[in-house]
Amino acid sequence: MNGGRRKGGGAASRSGGAPLRRLQVALGAWFVAHGRALVGSLGRLARTPLSALMTVGVLAISLALPALFLLLLQNVERLGADWDRGASLSVFLELNLDEARLQPLADELGGRADVQSTELITPDQALAEFRNLAGMDDALDLLDDNPLPAVIVLQPESALDADALRAMGDELTALDEVDTVRLDLAWVERLQRISELLRRAVWLIAGLLGLTVVLVVGNTIRLAIQNRREEIVIAKLIGATDGFIRRPFLYEGLWYGALGGLTAAVLVAGVRLALAAPAAELARLYQTGPILVGPGLQGFLLLGLAGIALGLAGSWLAVGRHLAAIEPK
Amino acid sequence: MIRFEHVGKRYDGGFEALRDLDFELARGEMAFLTGPSGAGKSTLLRLIALLERPSRGHIRVADIDLSRLRRRHIPYLRRRVGMIFQDHLLLHDRTVFDNVALPLIINGVVDHRDVSRRVRAALDKVGLLGREKYFPVTLSGGEQQRVGIARAVVTRPPILLADEPTGNLDPALSAEIMQLFVEFNRVGVTTLIASHDLALVGSLGFRRIGLEDGRVVIDHAGVAA
Repeated sequence: MNGGRRKGGGAASRSGGAPLRRLQVALGAWFVAHGRALVGSLGRLARTPLSALMTVGVLAISLALPALFLLLLQNVERLGADWDRGASLSVFLELNLDEARLQPLADELGGRADVQSTELITPDQALAEFRNLAGMDDALDLLDDNPLPAVIVLQPESALDADALRAMGDELTALDEVDTVRLDLAWVERLQRISELLRRAVWLIAGLLGLTVVLVVGNTIRLAIQNRREEIVIAKLIGATDGFIRRPFLYEGLWYGALGGLTAAVLVAGVRLALAAPAAELARLYQTGPILVGPGLQGFLLLGLAGIALGLAGSWLAVGRHLAAIEPK
Repeated sequence: MIRFEHVGKRYDGGFEALRDLDFELARGEMAFLTGPSGAGKSTLLRLIALLERPSRGHIRVADIDLSRLRRRHIPYLRRRVGMIFQDHLLLHDRTVFDNVALPLIINGVVDHRDVSRRVRAALDKVGLLGREKYFPVTLSGGEQQRVGIARAVVTRPPILLADEPTGNLDPALSAEIMQLFVEFNRVGVTTLIASHDLALVGSLGFRRIGLEDGRVVIDHAGVAA
């Protein structure tokens, strides 16, 4: 008995040493306590693999869906930006304009501050191009004269927005030599509106699905707390702090979130892989850059972090609401 | 070590479990709480471990005024008070070893060998060494109670409270359990045991505090203590 007592006091006298040593011991105990909770909660998940898997599956889908939507949005915006920069003004000149005037006019327009470059398409060139493109050789041969006007294609400064481009178009239309100015903005604007609509919808859906993750984890942890009610009461009787009791449940939520995020990342990668071939085909047809760019390492990391954060948030909710209600009676 | 000053406990609904209770238990003293059921024995023990708060008066445990103890400090008080219950309150999905080790884990004992050694020492004291891997349901009532006692003493708390620890046991087992408490008390643990077994309590010869209707009606000093 006394021998045991002396030995039992060993830990206390060790921790009663120099402050630095005491801090070391306290830190060590802290890490061990957290490590135990971390490993222990994973062990509990492993003991009920089927229900854990189902929960993780729900979480993975709830996380993968917004991730996929966000990915889609990102790609639409990227492509939109590409096309936006490609917006150009086609300045159709009067039909009866002297050929000699064309190049000087193009140079003049090219000298403007808001113009990056110009390209002159003479009526002959236009006709040749038209022949190639439209495959209407025979029909064009029927015409006596070249019906096509000369066109100057303006590449505006990329910083200009839609309104500035429109103002520029009006200004050019007012010139004597200019018949009409075609501004290919309508569809760029539509694309912008669509992607804005998409962005809002995607974030709304992402928010709702994120809430789903919080609620699913919260409910799972609530059940776990109920199942271990007896254990919680006994631990409180023995002198467990709230933190000690809370810890395994918080880590359980963290595990759910992390596993859900990881599975979601696998799902996202799988979906992208499944869509890679048709997307590449589409990109080839439209001669754009790659259409479906993946989330990258950063995106996957963010997905994992989002899972962990939402899982923790869910377990915090459950723990805060339900643990306080369990007191030894 | 434990001091009650004019302590009263009234429950919602008007039932007065304790009225104007006034007594002191010295450091290292051992005493029995006796009295019929409903006399307030359990309530008294529960107040010491702060499972409940008194309605009136002050309780001091190890020089701590419990009425001033904040909620977040309660766990640290409970660690200094080993508690034993009539229905053992063991975790049935854990082994005997894990049950007894729980207070050490809660106390932040890190070293696994340290935990193992102290659990064995506690089990040895209650005569259950070798049963570490058993689950509580495979043990008899008396053995389960011993596991509960080992769990209460494994952290070597200065105070031991027991609420009807022999309530479900036959006389021979009861006497053995009580003898365990006597041994703990012998090494300086302040011990307070609620029991209705007057014959057994009388045979041990320790101080006896008799409660009736929430009041102290008897306070016999012990002869052997």
